[in-house]
Amino acid sequence: MSAIEHPLPFASWESRGFWEGAGRGELVLQRCQTCGLVQHRPRGVCAHCLDGSTLVHFAASGLGKIYSFTVTEQNQAKGFAEACPYVMAYVDLDEGPRMLTVVVDCDPDNVAIGAQVTVDYVSQTRDDAEMFAIPVFRLS
Amino acid sequence: MTKNAFPRGAAIAGVYEHPSRFSPNKTEFQIMAESAKGALDDAGLQRTDVDGLFGASMSMGMMGIVDLAEYLDLYPDYLDGTNIGGSSFVAHVTHAAAAVNAGLCQVALVLYGSTAASNSMAIGTGGTGGSRNPDAAFSAPYGMTTVGSYATYANLHMATYGTTSEQLAEIAVTMRQHAGLNPLAKMRNPITVDDVLQSRMISRPLHLLDCCIISDGGGAVVVTSLERARDLAKPPVQLLGCGEAVQHQGVGYSDILTIAAKQSGARAFEMAGVKHSDIDLAMIYDSFTITVLATLENLGFCPSGEGGNFVSNGGISLGGTLPVNPDGGGLSSNHPGMRGIFLVIEAVKQLRQECEARQVPDAELALAHGTGGTIGDKHSGATLILGVDR
Repeated sequence: MSAIEHPLPFASWESRGFWEGAGRGELVLQRCQTCGLVQHRPRGVCAHCLDGSTLVHFAASGLGKIYSFTVTEQNQAKGFAEACPYVMAYVDLDEGPRMLTVVVDCDPDNVAIGAQVTVDYVSQTRDDAEMFAIPVFRLS
Repeated sequence: MTKNAFPRGAAIAGVYEHPSRFSPNKTEFQIMAESAKGALDDAGLQRTDVDGLFGASMSMGMMGIVDLAEYLDLYPDYLDGTNIGGSSFVAHVTHAAAAVNAGLCQVALVLYGSTAASNSMAIGTGGTGGSRNPDAAFSAPYGMTTVGSYATYANLHMATYGTTSEQLAEIAVTMRQHAGLNPLAKMRNPITVDDVLQSRMISRPLHLLDCCIISDGGGAVVVTSLERARDLAKPPVQLLGCGEAVQHQGVGYSDILTIAAKQSGARAFEMAGVKHSDIDLAMIYDSFTITVLATLENLGFCPSGEGGNFVSNGGISLGGTLPVNPDGGGLSSNHPGMRGIFLVIEAVKQLRQECEARQVPDAELALAHGTGGTIGDKHSGATLILGVDR
């Protein structure tokens, strides 16, 4: 079992704030100043107001708890095949929305639904000069 | 949408399941064409009677339905290449019935073909490479697989309701029993609950034998008005109720235990005006064992959390409370990637009493529910309630 080699995320201008934020060590979410919705995954508009001008980005606490997870024992994709078994999880962030992620550096047998987790970041080695990182989580 | 969505009546007049499970020397379109011949022969219709063309496959993209029309040298008045995953063909039947009722076409042909097995396609564990789809960009870096997504659902169901791996295994065992009665099924040797539990873990808690097989295959369905169908070769199977729905991550607050079947099933039952206890058999998309349990609960055949008991002790076997997938399903008969069309085909054959050893005696009312995409992540659902003509 080796560490996951995360594929480089494709960042559109809609999602750039998230990946750049991770590069700075921040878990960046979007909030609508009109309706108050905190949404993930990021979009060019508030999904409820259908308006982009009302959205602001903010740094979340990076704290959450596991909504559900699986220990992946087979994935033929490069970067993951060698890392099996790894823990893929949905984490409910303290700010509200849920995000898909992985829980790293843990004994899979110790991972449970409802467990508290804290964000960490895996830096990306890129050839396009972007300073992105992948947000991952650790058991708190 | 309640009763009388199809005031002219809509019926399935012909069906055909391609017998092949491995076709290395055929193309998708060839399998579709052979299936078209089979279903048109079944209905007593000609290729030239077709004026509505519906179809989807794993490789048909933009212009795919036009490519298919060209392959068949058809010039239909109505085209629908809706692709919402494996449930597409269940939805196509609804769309075709609506088009027929609106007078936009008279004879609609629904087609599917696949060479997933001979292409060695890793459907469930092919994982995630890089993607320029902005949404997939949030899955790809985290190693989401199809089976992994369903596994998050299964884990949550277990934690919430105490569902067990043994109960999920019962579903695989029942599907294999049924497959033993289907001469076309790919996997026919009986298995036990222990066999399932001792098979290789793919994504906890789902084992290898909790997962559907991968085969080649295809099929075709002919939809027309009830009146026209009554003049054709086989007894019509009437479309009594239908529904479509989606479930997804939304903006990050979805209850993933609630799947699309809840919404589509409720609409279908309301339109058909029948009760769950009236249904003689159910064709349920069984990409994984958990898919069956989740779908039965969300369709309302049992309360949430009761699915484990419902599927145990032969509850969904022939002779059980609700026979599910007498053909052996995707877990044992065939799964070429998008299985929805086989749900419709088997339901129709059961209602025509053509299924010999696996026949549900005197079946008059059947439900078919297709799931497309991935439960746990995002998916579509399409429900049909079908009945004998009376």
